[in-house]
Amino acid sequence: MKKEIFNAETRRRGDFKKMKPLMHTDSQGYFMFQSSFFKSFSASLRLCVVIIILAFGVFAQSDGSQQNQTGKAGTFAITNARIVTVSGAVIENGTVVISNGKISGVGGSVSVPAGAERIDGSGLSVYPGMIDAGTNLGLAEIGAAPATIDVAETGDMNSNSKAITAINPHSSHVNVTRVNGITTVLSMPQGGVISGQAAVINLNGSTQNEMAIVPAFGLIINFPRITLGGGGFNPFAQQAPVDFSEALKRRDQRIEDLKKLFRDAENYAKVQEAYAKDKNLPAPTTDLKMAALTPYIRGERPIIFTAERERDIRSVTKFVAGTRIKGIIMGGQEAWKAADELKKNNIAVIYTNIYNLPVRDDDAYDYLFEAPAKLAQAGVRFCVSTGDGGAEVRDLPYQAGLAGAYGLSKDEALKSVTLYPAQILGLGSQLGSIEQGKIANIVVTDGDILDPRTNVKYLFINGRLLPLTSRHTELFEAFKDRK
Amino acid sequence: MKKVTAFLLLISINLISLTLASAQSKTEVLIRNATVMTAAKGTLENTDVLIKDGKITRIGKNLKASSNAQTIDATGKFVTPGIVDCHSHTMMDAVNEFSYSVTSMTRIRDVLNPTDIAIYRALAGGVTAANLLHGSANAIGGQNTTVKFKYGKPVEDFPIADAPPGIKFALGENPKRTNFNPAPGATPRYPRTRMGVMEVIRDAFIRARDYKKEWDEFRAKKTNVQPRRDLELEPLVEVIEGKRLVHAHGYRSDEHLNLMLIADEFGFKVATLQHALEAYKIAPEIAKRGTGASIFADSWSYKLEAYDSIPYNGYILWKNGVNVSINSDSNERMRRLNLDAAKMMKYGGVPEEESLKMITLNPAKQLGIDKRTGSIEVGKDADIVIWNAHPFSSYARAEMTMIEGEVYFDRSRDITRRAELQREREALEKMDVNRAPGSSGTQPARPSEYRQEDLDEADGGNRQ
Repeated sequence: MKKEIFNAETRRRGDFKKMKPLMHTDSQGYFMFQSSFFKSFSASLRLCVVIIILAFGVFAQSDGSQQNQTGKAGTFAITNARIVTVSGAVIENGTVVISNGKISGVGGSVSVPAGAERIDGSGLSVYPGMIDAGTNLGLAEIGAAPATIDVAETGDMNSNSKAITAINPHSSHVNVTRVNGITTVLSMPQGGVISGQAAVINLNGSTQNEMAIVPAFGLIINFPRITLGGGGFNPFAQQAPVDFSEALKRRDQRIEDLKKLFRDAENYAKVQEAYAKDKNLPAPTTDLKMAALTPYIRGERPIIFTAERERDIRSVTKFVAGTRIKGIIMGGQEAWKAADELKKNNIAVIYTNIYNLPVRDDDAYDYLFEAPAKLAQAGVRFCVSTGDGGAEVRDLPYQAGLAGAYGLSKDEALKSVTLYPAQILGLGSQLGSIEQGKIANIVVTDGDILDPRTNVKYLFINGRLLPLTSRHTELFEAFKDRK
Repeated sequence: MKKVTAFLLLISINLISLTLASAQSKTEVLIRNATVMTAAKGTLENTDVLIKDGKITRIGKNLKASSNAQTIDATGKFVTPGIVDCHSHTMMDAVNEFSYSVTSMTRIRDVLNPTDIAIYRALAGGVTAANLLHGSANAIGGQNTTVKFKYGKPVEDFPIADAPPGIKFALGENPKRTNFNPAPGATPRYPRTRMGVMEVIRDAFIRARDYKKEWDEFRAKKTNVQPRRDLELEPLVEVIEGKRLVHAHGYRSDEHLNLMLIADEFGFKVATLQHALEAYKIAPEIAKRGTGASIFADSWSYKLEAYDSIPYNGYILWKNGVNVSINSDSNERMRRLNLDAAKMMKYGGVPEEESLKMITLNPAKQLGIDKRTGSIEVGKDADIVIWNAHPFSSYARAEMTMIEGEVYFDRSRDITRRAELQREREALEKMDVNRAPGSSGTQPARPSEYRQEDLDEADGGNRQ
């Protein structure tokens, strides 16, 4: 359904027929410019558009100037610091050496290379940069301004949508997030059944390529679930069912549809491969959506299934069992209840939205707060992630801390936002701890990194020392002394 | 599932009321050996707090209580005043009366639901009192109610009787937004711009001033014709007379300043600027008028008018001498206001006690209830939270929350009861009436529930 906006003024003046609509918005609320619009509307309206365009231009410009700071490369030595290695014991007084973008030395008696820039870490703690494995960071700037949102492509089957092509390297969320110690995120598309491909990025870089660690990490699938609200797997969407057994049947049908799609994709891949080997075969047509599925159905890259409730998580484990699919659960409110199946199928959980209210009124008040502790207790591989669109990703440490208040040990709480997400993202040998050879994503703080009173003092991404500035610090500087 | 939930909820409430009633029979409570963060007179180590008949009667070391007093050993624990949330829609069955741009005749008091589970969850986050506000759909919204969260008690026990009355105003995107997606053919509602919002407010106050004049003349016997009562204008006359507090939702600094200029014109003071995420741009103007700011700690970027929000807002306002409170506007965020206060120490460096005041004494002052709550001082209501750790630590959780000396949340009791509730749930689920249709059950009536569209989603609250 298309709807005109910004042109009510025109209609009221009665010259509606002369005027083409200025802008349209489709059902997702995205703005689309009419090709004819420059020819045919009044000066006042044109001015209005110019103002709008200028306004957005100004945002882009100011953000660009903030974030075109790729920091300072070089050899650095953080000395006399408390080093929280995460993977090993805390080094109470040690040195971390950074060179060529990597951690080149860690320990109590590491010598500082000649020419290294020394940072006195007395009274400070060194942590690995935190990792949020469940965000839309860079895809959504201002929630209620649809023109700034690139999260959900239209349609239900978007295996070929890639987050990395829409992440805005100059989003103001990038700096705001990293100055709180989060250096790496998974940014994912959402919506539909197959939402698209998530990217793992570092929060520094002037281009998407500079930010990317894994440009196409995993495929996001909203796993079909029992719903009394209809919708779901287009073109198989149906009216809202009225009773439970009917809802169950339809859920099962949608899962069968998904299985069939995967079989089709496998066949598609086989046909393509056969033709690649033997050009005498009839040339198959290219289908981008099918082609995009190949590495995921073959387990070369993971599929991230969003699922919250126990029965849906068990459906995922059943779906994955016996296939080559490498599954990950995103969400996972009740994942601890399906720990047996998750462990059996080696499925990790990216636990998101710990701040959500419990779904049912009679759920314990801390139902979601204690879920990470229960996952840890059950031996399920997990990490804590915000599940946030971008602006609040910087709350990641406090969300892990909250899990710490409700049963998770402090040590595990820290791992749940450093080493564990690194491992789940397949980057356990590159990120998530202070170890020689790892990427130098490092945060130096004046206290426990999970505490809201703690300040970040130094920040490194890919071994580059970054300024601790953001849209927020700049506005602060501009107004703090106004009389 | 909803019917099961509603059924269980009813039963749970009864159980909670019963268990609480037994614990509340004692009129004397002694909290022993805690770190007491008074939010008024510093932090006191190894200190006792004595409570009698719902009031704090003594604060000191090694206090003696009578033999029948309930004693709580709080060694190693932290005690703070109950948190006061200066912007909430908890326990409200309706939030916005969308139809008009001036709905000052509506009252939140009329739509309170004392069984809302969100009340219990707020108590579990240490919240004891809240400013229940009309939504922000209208330039002039409805009349607020200031309550204490006496979960399990009848609804008439919730409002704080001597709290001054207030009213919600709203500026910016929200009062405009009924025009964002109008039904086809619908007439747009005035106002549609920030120009119109200000004129709606000015117009209402001109009418209120004329109305007041009519009554003044009648009372002075200048005329024998008694004016007809006007329920829309009466609350606004109270505003002009300084008897009703204005809580004004807004984001952009310019529109909050314009509202204060209208207030100057009509001779009243705006009590609080709500949200006020750009208030740091006009801190001196706010301070000069003695107006309070009730802000989010660090929410931003969820709407265009929240894009210039910075977490240093609280610090700049505080430094300028503005009374700052940190609110939630959300059943979710309400449960972690202690951590929002902690962020004030991080962003700019507000001192610890001043940060704590932003969720206790300062909102109590903004709501005119600081004589009875908001700090741990002798003579005040015993609205108290006991925490397992420093309340600004990530690892902090409320262990016990009391209002006027009565325990409304006790974590250990909550945990003890879980197995029993689980058994009850399982028993209920087996009943025919609670089985889903299609799995041999019959369909019972669905309970009424929140209409999500009534919540102020666009304000950073309830956004999940």
